[in-house]
Parts: sequence; structure tokens; C-alpha cells
Amino acid sequence: MSRFLRSPLGRLSAWLTAPDPTSRLQARLGQAWLTWLRFSRNPLAMLGLGIILALVLMALFAPLLAPHDPLEQDLAQRLLPPFSPGHWLGTDEFGRDILSRIIHGARITLTIVALVAVTAPVFGLLIGTVSGYFGGWVDTVLMRLTDIFLAFPRLILALALVAALGPGIENAILAIALTAWPPYARVARAETLTVRSADYIAAIRLAGASHGRIILGHVTPMCLPSVIIRVTLDMAGVILTAAGLGFLGLGAQPPLPEWGLMISSGRKFLFDQWWVATMPGLAIFIVSLGFNLLGDGLRDVLDPRSASR
Amino acid sequence: MGPFERRGTRPASAKEEAGLSSNTTTTTLPPDDISHRLWRLARDALRLLVMLATTFLGLLAITFFIGRVVPIDPVLAIVGERATQEQYEAARHALGLDRPLIVQFLIYVKDAATGNFGTSLLTAKPVLDDIGRVFPATLELATIATVLGVLLGVPAGVIAATRPGTLVDQIIRIVGLMGYSMPVFWLGLMGLLIFYGELGWVGGPGRLDTFQEMMFESEVPRHTGMILIDSALAGAWDIFRNALSHIVLPAGVLAYYSMAYISRMTRSFMMNELSQEYVTTARVKGLPEWRVVWVHALGNTLVPLVTVIALSYANLLEGSVLTETVFAWPGLGLYITNALMSADMAAVMGGTIIVGAAFILLNMASDILYRLIDPRARAAA
Repeated sequence: MSRFLRSPLGRLSAWLTAPDPTSRLQARLGQAWLTWLRFSRNPLAMLGLGIILALVLMALFAPLLAPHDPLEQDLAQRLLPPFSPGHWLGTDEFGRDILSRIIHGARITLTIVALVAVTAPVFGLLIGTVSGYFGGWVDTVLMRLTDIFLAFPRLILALALVAALGPGIENAILAIALTAWPPYARVARAETLTVRSADYIAAIRLAGASHGRIILGHVTPMCLPSVIIRVTLDMAGVILTAAGLGFLGLGAQPPLPEWGLMISSGRKFLFDQWWVATMPGLAIFIVSLGFNLLGDGLRDVLDPRSASR
Repeated sequence: MGPFERRGTRPASAKEEAGLSSNTTTTTLPPDDISHRLWRLARDALRLLVMLATTFLGLLAITFFIGRVVPIDPVLAIVGERATQEQYEAARHALGLDRPLIVQFLIYVKDAATGNFGTSLLTAKPVLDDIGRVFPATLELATIATVLGVLLGVPAGVIAATRPGTLVDQIIRIVGLMGYSMPVFWLGLMGLLIFYGELGWVGGPGRLDTFQEMMFESEVPRHTGMILIDSALAGAWDIFRNALSHIVLPAGVLAYYSMAYISRMTRSFMMNELSQEYVTTARVKGLPEWRVVWVHALGNTLVPLVTVIALSYANLLEGSVLTETVFAWPGLGLYITNALMSADMAAVMGGTIIVGAAFILLNMASDILYRLIDPRARAAA
């Protein structure tokens, strides 16, 4: 034990958990370290984190990991069952390797998730903080707008939008982002209401900070933890919606290896070649389970209100 | 949520929920004053009506806007590519597209208010008639799924809440999380593969087998459009059994999602109730544990549960879009998807408005029920 304490890692750990941090950086990193320690005690959350990391790695190194070209057709090898030599998960109706298509499909899924995750919460945060900070008629108008979007069934609204804009992956992402922001606005507004009349805000205002500066620099950071939890929990829903749009033929278009689209094409062979539709569905299931587990774990750690549960 | 979106179904924090009602002002009036109570009732009803009206207007504004951004020129679609300029202008005028946008919107609102959603390209019938024809199928499916979801989800949530942290609790939690993570269309396909294709336990896609379908069309009088009810009323038990074997699987798939959501919410409501002092009191005075849990505590969760069940019912209407596609179930969801495939925008928008309106009304209904059941909610409003 004493040898560990003298090792560089041990000293780092001691520095992080020091009860009397000497700098702001040390205090912040120490807090993050403690949060991480709490998080890492939850095996299910760690499993979720592992799944997401695996997804990211899979997407990054797709060409290296995939045994075949995801688009390469080989009609002599069509509809091979799983565990065929060279095709672990079998092949589809054009003889394309299903494993390779799933690995490359991770890129599409991750792109959709990332684009929605950087647009919808930012828009929602903006609406929510402005609404909560100014109050009055601004609040009434913005919240009414949010309620109207919330009143819409999300998938149906996305469907209608894609139907209007035309099928395609860009429009699918746009439709999902446009339907995903209202909950973030709600969360951000609720958080803003709790800090709006705090002393520190009054102090900054007295110091002459503008509204924009207060909202961006001093209110938004307080909303971030709640919004981040919400985003993680929502990502599973985003993946499922994107897959649903793909399944209906409104999202990614052939021959892209999008998982929902792959299920849709495997549907024709469901009873004879079950693996074509089953494998991509398993991929969707595992990845959204990962996001759900991670989100649950994050909420337990970051949200003090649920700590007792 | 999820497979079908779970907007608002997983409240990330209690504060967010509080945010829902924080813009209603709190006024305290003497509760025994009849005229004050009447006045308050009228005010509440008026506020509800105004909210309902603005939400509906917003719904129409969004669908109107979506209809405007369609890259297809509706005039060109009617007159064809080779029409002269005069023919084009005449058709444009007939459609009212030469008027100012705001006038067009007002006409649109008036049409929607009178149930005129235009004519479907696909069926050449008014969209509203089409929807009236397909809606019972969706209603039948969503209702059975909700009943199943409540019957399974509430006990599961209660059991999990009474044994937090145990294996049972973990299993219920994981089964629920799996429901949150599975694409509904994929689960439906897997269900078909296993229970229909391999085991042959249930009927396949569609509401009835072909032969029973013919029997139903010719011999059973329509009352509700729901096959289970109509065939039972007519005493046609063969058809009833056949319909049951067809609905079990799609309803079971949807029920799984509803159960995942309901059990999760029940658990958190029950955890909250079980930590209250009246539970300790009930235990101290020697009530059997089952009575404390299932009568006293569960009774007090009924109010929020009603809201949750209404929300999950609304979500099922939406989830039916994908489920009905998989099971070739001739309901509203399949109608909307078929219309989408053939660029039948009038039908798509009509279907969207109807589902949106059902959604809004269900939300409102749960809100009103909430106030009626819970005196605390009434006082707070």
C-alpha cells in the first residue's frame, strides 16, 4: 500500500482527493474524480459506457475492423447463414457481408446521434434560459410554442416533415432535431427559474453584465448537468426514431448500411433467412441499451435528487 | 418514448415536472364561498378552453407550414407539365393559392374545424371518411395493449418498490430498460418469426385470416368497427377466436413498451409513498403488509398513475405507425405510412392532425381527471 502511495498514480490519486485543494483546477479535477469514482461503482452504468465506447471505436476504425466492403455485392454468396466461413453474421440478399455492414452502419448511427446531440439541446437551452430568465410575456410565448411542439407525437411530426422535405438521411436528422428540442427547453427553463433570483446573479447584474452575458455565462452552466442527463437518456430514443424512419424508407437510402434500413430489407426473407433482419436489430438494441444504462448511471451520480433512490 | 418517442415520459427531474404548472398563478380564496368557487370553476374552464384552442391552432399552423414547404408544386401536380400559363393560373386560383398566406391559413383552419381535410389521392375519398374507417382498428389494438400494460406494469412496479435493490427489483428494472431500447418494428418481426413462423401459436399479419375476413365482411353487422366487439355481439365466436389470435402478438408487442413505462413510473411513485409517515402508522397499528402496500400506498399513487396511463395510451397511438406496418394491421398508422409512400399529402396531413388532436385531448383529459381525483391538485390550481 505504501509503495502504491509513493508511485506516480498514487500521488495523483492523493492530489485529486486532497481535502484542501490549493488551486481551482485541483478542486475541479478532484470533484470530477470523485464523481467518476461514484459512477464507476455502478456496474450497469459502466457496461453502458463500455458499449458506447465500443460503438465510437467501431465507427472510427470501421474500414480496419470490417472484414469486407459493406457495399460489395457477390451474388454467388447471397443469403449465407451465420458462421459461414468469412461471413460470421451471414450475408444479405446481394451477398454483402452483414457484419461489415453493421460495423460501417455504426458511423451512420453515430453521425445522427452526434448531430442531434449538438443541435437540439443547444436550441432548447437557448429557448429555455431566455424564457426562464426574462419571464413575463417572453416566457408565455416561448413556453406556449414549446407546449405545441410537445403536444405533437414526435415520430408522426418527424414523418410529416420528412414526407414534406423528401426522404434522405439529412432530412431525417433535421426532422429528429426539430422534434427533439422541447424537453430541453422545459428542463432549462425549470433550472433557470431556480437560479434566476440567486444572489450571485444579482451581483453580476450590479457589476453591469449584459443580459446576454448573464444568460450565456452564468445561467446556462447551471442548466448543463440536467440537460446532459436528459440528452443521454434521449439518445436511445433518437437512435430508435432514426431506425424507424430508415425502416419506413424515409431515412437513409439504399445502399447505405443504415441499421433500420437493413431490417426493412431483411423483412422480405424473415421466415427463411431470419438473420438478415435479426442482426441489425440486435445492433440497434445493444447500442440504445448502452445509452439508457449510461443515462441512468449519470442521473444517479449527477442528479442529487435521485441519489436516495 | 422510444421505439415510439417518449417525450415527457421520462421526467429527468422533479423540477421539470414542477415547471409544468409553475406558470399557473396561485390565488387563495375562501373555499366556502359558493360564488367564488363558481367563478373559479368558470375561470379554470375558460383557461382550459383557451389553452386547447391555442394548442390546436399551433398544431394546424405547423401542419400548414409543413404543407407549404413541400417541394412538389400542388398546381403543377393537377394541371400537368404541359398546361398553358392561363390553365396554370386558373388552377392556382381554384386552389386559393393566389391569396395572401394568412388568408390561406384562415381557410385551412376553417376547413379543419369543419372536418374537411381534402380528398385522398390514393382512395379518392374524403380523408376524414378514410380515417373514420381505419381508426377503430388502431383503437382496438391500443386499448388491448394498454390494458395488458397496466395489468402487468402496475404489479411489477409495486413489487419492485417493496423490494428495492433485490434481485427481483433488478430484473424488473432490466426488463423495463430492454423495452426502452428495442426498436418496436424489430420486436414485432422477431415475434412473428418465433410465435407465428416457428411455433404457429398465433395468427399472422392482418386482423383476420382470409376466410374469416370474408365471413366477417358478409355476415357480421358493424357497430364499432372493432372486430372483437362486433363479432362477440353477433355471436360469431369463430371469428372472435380468429381475431384474438391475430391481435395477441401486435398487442403484446405494444403492451411490452407500455409495461416498461408504467412499471418504472409505478415503482418511483410507490417508493415515494412507502416512505411517508402514514405507511409507518398503518404498519404500527398492525395492518397486514399486503394491505399497507396494495391498498393504502397504491391507492395514493392512483392519481399520478392515471396521467401516466393516459400518456402511455397516447404514445401507443403513435407507436402503432411502425407496429401496424409490420403486422399489416389496417389502422391509422398503416394508412399514414401508405399515404407517405404514394406522396398523398392530404392524407398524411389529415392523419397527422387526427393523431395530434387525439394526443392533445388525451393529455387534457388526464389533466382534468387529475384535478377531479386529487383535492391537492385542485387547491394548488
